[in-house]
Amino acid sequence: MALAYELRCRECGKTYPNAPLSICDECFSPLEVQCDLEAARGSFTREKIAQGPDSMWRYKALLPVPEDYVAPTPAGWTPLLRAPRLAARIGATNLYVKNDAVCLPTLSFKDRVVSVALANAQIFGFDTVGCSSTGNLANAVAAQAARLGLKTYILVPADLEPAKILNTQVYGARLVRIDGNYDHVNRLCSQIAERYSWGFVNVNLRPYYAEGSKTVGFEIAEQLGWKLPDNVVVPMAGGSLITKIRKAFKELIALGLVEEKEVRFFGAQATGCSPISTAVKTGADHIEPQRPSTIARSLAIGNPADGVYAARAIRESGGWAEDVSDVEIVSAIQELAETEGVFTETAGGVTTAVTARLYAHGRIRPDELTVTCITGNGLKTTDALTGAYELERPVRPRLADFETYIEQQIEDREDNRFEEREVVGGASVR
Amino acid sequence: MSVRVLLPNAFQKHTDGAREIQSSAHNLPELLSEIETSFPALKTHLRDEQGQVRRFINFYVNEEDIRFLGNEKYSFKDGDEVLVIPSIAGGCPPRVETRSAPAGQCRCCSYCGQEECCCY
Repeated sequence: MALAYELRCRECGKTYPNAPLSICDECFSPLEVQCDLEAARGSFTREKIAQGPDSMWRYKALLPVPEDYVAPTPAGWTPLLRAPRLAARIGATNLYVKNDAVCLPTLSFKDRVVSVALANAQIFGFDTVGCSSTGNLANAVAAQAARLGLKTYILVPADLEPAKILNTQVYGARLVRIDGNYDHVNRLCSQIAERYSWGFVNVNLRPYYAEGSKTVGFEIAEQLGWKLPDNVVVPMAGGSLITKIRKAFKELIALGLVEEKEVRFFGAQATGCSPISTAVKTGADHIEPQRPSTIARSLAIGNPADGVYAARAIRESGGWAEDVSDVEIVSAIQELAETEGVFTETAGGVTTAVTARLYAHGRIRPDELTVTCITGNGLKTTDALTGAYELERPVRPRLADFETYIEQQIEDREDNRFEEREVVGGASVR
Repeated sequence: MSVRVLLPNAFQKHTDGAREIQSSAHNLPELLSEIETSFPALKTHLRDEQGQVRRFINFYVNEEDIRFLGNEKYSFKDGDEVLVIPSIAGGCPPRVETRSAPAGQCRCCSYCGQEECCCY
């Protein structure tokens, strides 16, 4: 049976048969996978999806893999959590968290895109795969390539967080640290992909890889009871995720699985690397590259490949983009953990802080159904919280000592209350 | 004065397979017109309907994005290496024929990194 998808240029519309290719040879613009929605109409129904596996592969009919493809790794299908305590803190009443901090197997949404990319790497016959990565993608490629028996070359900026390096090496991946930032790594990978016959998931396999992000959108709709939210807040690095969630919603509308609705998309970046949010705020139709300087390293892409499309998606949807400081990022990581029990990495801190600001600035009304997308796990960036907590003196294992400890706690709390009353006009950091 | 210009695979269809040129251009506008003169077939692909260079084409000088160096105002220096990369991504055109190399003809694999490897 012919495959129900092909490559299509996002600018000039030229179509290509499926191949490890990401650039149009006519206008040098990016290629995208176009699924045949009519072909999927019979198999992509609410009933058939419900009978599928508890993973992103329940949406296989709209992913670029052959009909009989059996996925070896059950990524995705992460919780959509109601977030009333965070909502109360930031002035919202109808807030949800899409929690890809617990996406399997490597605790970030990159597991989704890598699943699709490596399926295609195998179809195209690559025995070696790789990526340029700010960390999460490196983890995901290393783990899933190990499971598929593929060899790897994974290129990362040399200053990556230690946990993300360890979480790549442990799978036996060949990790190459590059003396430069992510944009240097990415440019080098573009050259490597032209020189070597390797499947780079976010370079020559990028059109396939990016389609995996649609499953975040499919899941949000299904978990809301086949309903679209009013707003979605999405972190932006390369800018692909936000455009693909929007594409997923449009495909669901086209196939009649949800009622038509114009969902507003809001993008989140760190101020230290904010090329897309800057473009949205200034109304520019191009992206000015930046030299990143932020603790949110997984979002530190100064020249985002899908930046213009992300900015366009936000603008067309009636949304907005914001960026936040490193101090706000750390506070937001703590706030999300303390209110909803979700420990996210710095990128999730960005998304949470931006979400709070969107409510504070009145860009999102309190009662609107809003989903904020958490894309990675806090255990990967614990260094961001260095110094945030003190390790208390150990208590001797005697009840009397414990009682003394509790009394001391109560005294400390009362002292703090007294000090707070003394501060006139002082503002809480959080 | 001479700069080395590396062209992406996507250009090769319009450059008779040329992957690299030496240029005496002093800056980016001069380089663009030199490329367009050398490879007339490339011109309509390189620019959009308004005559602007397509926005997905990036230029790097010695590993740095030319936009950080002053873009069109940057003066090339002798020995500069200029990279042209579309959309910070890339890829190989389909090479189906290379995958069916007869067994034993090539002893390497793609992992070895040999340019002409044909047994991946």
